[in-house]
Amino acid sequence: MSDTTLAPETAPESTPSHDVHGGHDEPTGLWSWITTVDHKRIGIMYFLTSLVFLAIGGIEALIIRVQLFAPEQAVVSAETYNQLFTMHGTTMIFLVAMPMAVAFFNYIVPLQIGARDVAFPRMNALSYWIYLFGGIYLNASWLFGAAPNNSWVGYAPLTSTQYNPGLNADFWVLGLSILGVSSIMGGVNFITTIIQLRAPGMKLMRMPIFTWMTFVTSFLLVTALPVIAVALILLAFDRFYATNFFVAASGGDPVLWQHLFWIFGHPEVYILVLPAFGVISDVIPTFSKKPLFGYPVVVYAGVLIGFIGWGVWSHHMFTSGLGPIADSFFVATTMIIAIPTGVKIFNWMATMWGGKIRFNTAMNFAIGLVALFTVGGLSGVMHASAPVDLQQHDSYFVVAHFHYVIVGGILLGMFSGVYYWFPKVTGRFLNEKLGAWHFWTTLIGFNLTFFPMHFSGMYGQPRRTWTYSETLNVELFNQLSTYGGFILGVSTLIFVWNLWKGVKSGEPAGSNPWGAATLEWSIPSPPHHYNFPALPTVQSREPLWHEAERKSIEVVTLADPEVEPEMPNPSYWPILLAAGVTATWALVMTGIWWVPLIGLAFTAFCTYMWAFEDPFAKKGAAGEVTHG
Amino acid sequence: MAEAVLDPGSGQAGGHDASHDEHHYTATGLSNWKVGFWTFIGSECLFFGTLLSTYMVYKGASLEGPYPSDIFDIPLTTLSTFVLLMSSLAMVLGLDGVQKGDRKKASFWLGVVVVFGAIFLGFQYYEFNHFVHEGLTLDHSVFGSTFYVLTGFHGAHVTVGVIWLSTLLIQSLRGKLTPDKALQVEIAGLYWHFVDIVWIVIFVLVYLIP
Repeated sequence: MSDTTLAPETAPESTPSHDVHGGHDEPTGLWSWITTVDHKRIGIMYFLTSLVFLAIGGIEALIIRVQLFAPEQAVVSAETYNQLFTMHGTTMIFLVAMPMAVAFFNYIVPLQIGARDVAFPRMNALSYWIYLFGGIYLNASWLFGAAPNNSWVGYAPLTSTQYNPGLNADFWVLGLSILGVSSIMGGVNFITTIIQLRAPGMKLMRMPIFTWMTFVTSFLLVTALPVIAVALILLAFDRFYATNFFVAASGGDPVLWQHLFWIFGHPEVYILVLPAFGVISDVIPTFSKKPLFGYPVVVYAGVLIGFIGWGVWSHHMFTSGLGPIADSFFVATTMIIAIPTGVKIFNWMATMWGGKIRFNTAMNFAIGLVALFTVGGLSGVMHASAPVDLQQHDSYFVVAHFHYVIVGGILLGMFSGVYYWFPKVTGRFLNEKLGAWHFWTTLIGFNLTFFPMHFSGMYGQPRRTWTYSETLNVELFNQLSTYGGFILGVSTLIFVWNLWKGVKSGEPAGSNPWGAATLEWSIPSPPHHYNFPALPTVQSREPLWHEAERKSIEVVTLADPEVEPEMPNPSYWPILLAAGVTATWALVMTGIWWVPLIGLAFTAFCTYMWAFEDPFAKKGAAGEVTHG
Repeated sequence: MAEAVLDPGSGQAGGHDASHDEHHYTATGLSNWKVGFWTFIGSECLFFGTLLSTYMVYKGASLEGPYPSDIFDIPLTTLSTFVLLMSSLAMVLGLDGVQKGDRKKASFWLGVVVVFGAIFLGFQYYEFNHFVHEGLTLDHSVFGSTFYVLTGFHGAHVTVGVIWLSTLLIQSLRGKLTPDKALQVEIAGLYWHFVDIVWIVIFVLVYLIP
């Protein structure tokens, strides 16, 4: 923990904050977690759940790598292989990358803007439970031996009842529909939270970049998710009620699915990556001891990415035959979107330039993101060119590209965030030595896995194909990828071990162990359940780096209130309502039109009970509920 | 979203002590429910936008009849559209009644909204029934699929609105819809007007443009 001694002058080392720990005044026990509406607990649940799904998706990936270790192997059947890569992609995107970012939204954003909770605490819990149930439903398909096998993009007619008559695609289309409900509600909640619950003085252009990127991501969620929701609903009608949306023989158009999917799918890429950008935009300044270089430019670049992200979807469809005019347009927009992304890269480098850099694990992962995301970005610009893309489409080159973006960009950013905010969440540090092992095994394992895929792709190895011929000369590359995959597996185990040790016996951390600038570091670690005894007033972008402002804030945020602020009561309606929503969708599977109405009736019942529950009701001595 | 707005805790300051008012602090001074609901409506725009786009993309793609021109009864649908539009007017008057604490006015006009919404749904039921008899079923053709799913989802939204407003109507009749609860009615109104506007777009694009 040599880092703590390096804390800058501005760190409140002499304040009593180091002895102050919140979080001991909360009820414990399983029931208190099931009924919680506290954004911090919900954030922790999001994180742990996404970690479990990361393990599941990771095991799926390793089985894929074992199957591809040598040519013409049959470790798994072709059908099982289809299920493995479909579930690997679907899991990693919808059950790991998105919810892990949401875990950070939940825990960090209210603290960064000086709020006591999100705008709609019970709806927040509802989002979590729907995510959990949707994830369980999707993975329950394995128990039926019918995991989705249509790839994460689910192109028609691979999902049609004619070519895919089993339960596989049913699980996929309904599972994703359930998860979509959760994401839209999350988006509404965080937009409202960020607009409404900023502490006095926290103007938009004073918000930490992580909050800004959450804001942009939330807008993408509420706008992009309805598009995929409609696509999935149309597909569900095709499968369960014999409609003709994507059935070419009846006048339907399979290409419409591709459009709808990618109109959602490309904003989705930015839904995934912007939170990671946000994390490192907070981490890099902290460990460079410099304010973020060009703050407004980073904000505008993020917003611009959010906008242009809507105009590039057809670059996923250059081989679908849209014609030269459409292709040219999307070539141009795709190249344009590289500009704001590149701007951010330079902003991070300029922030580090001339700074007093502390190379700890959080910073290492952040720098790793800058380097590896750039590699993924560059290969992205390569297949932004339609003629080049025609060669690379559906090859392992594309697999290499998006893993550099998703693992090298998003996962590294998430890891950086975990090491950075762990002391805030638990009041303890993660072990830096284990952190170094985690970082270097991730870096080596990651590059060993995915860099050779550029070559195997160029040699012509197609993706989503369960084996390959010896004559393709890609065996060496595949073996390297498999070795790398297992190193990545080991690195994840180190990470989990570190988390476990950190929670159990990590060194204690004070309220602001890194000497960071933003508001979440002004309160005790872990925070009280009400976060802020009273609302602080913010005067600048780096409130804790200005001595006078820090003192004026900490007088408020570290105070022990005589009367604790009133927080909403726990509620069990979120988990019941989530069960109702999940059941409604799952019952569509029966194919009988009225059966889902049973689930819908239960959902309606829970909705009414929810609506007439007073979150601030006080329980009197006789158990009688009185208001206010 | 209905549940969110009916939430008694979301009501305005009535009966709350001073510490309770901190729950209502917002940076903009607007209510959370209003901002959240507008965000939700934005999301709904994309939802119906995608359904409408699908309908437009598939216009004329059906391989066999009945085609739209064979079965649409424009005068009839114009009438049901008029009823739905008038319900929006009633919604405005109902909200005014709640805001002014005029229980009779509020209950009367909220009742009109509910009845007009139900009449619209009745028209839709009749229309669907009639079309099915003409041979246009959900799985018959691309026109059938796109038409029923688009208008069906709109009808489902109207149904939710009717149930929501019925609940408010009962509250009003029991005298519980005091002026400090006007926000709940206002947000139900936002939803209702939105559903109306969507219908106007559907009416123009699906029925009126040949």
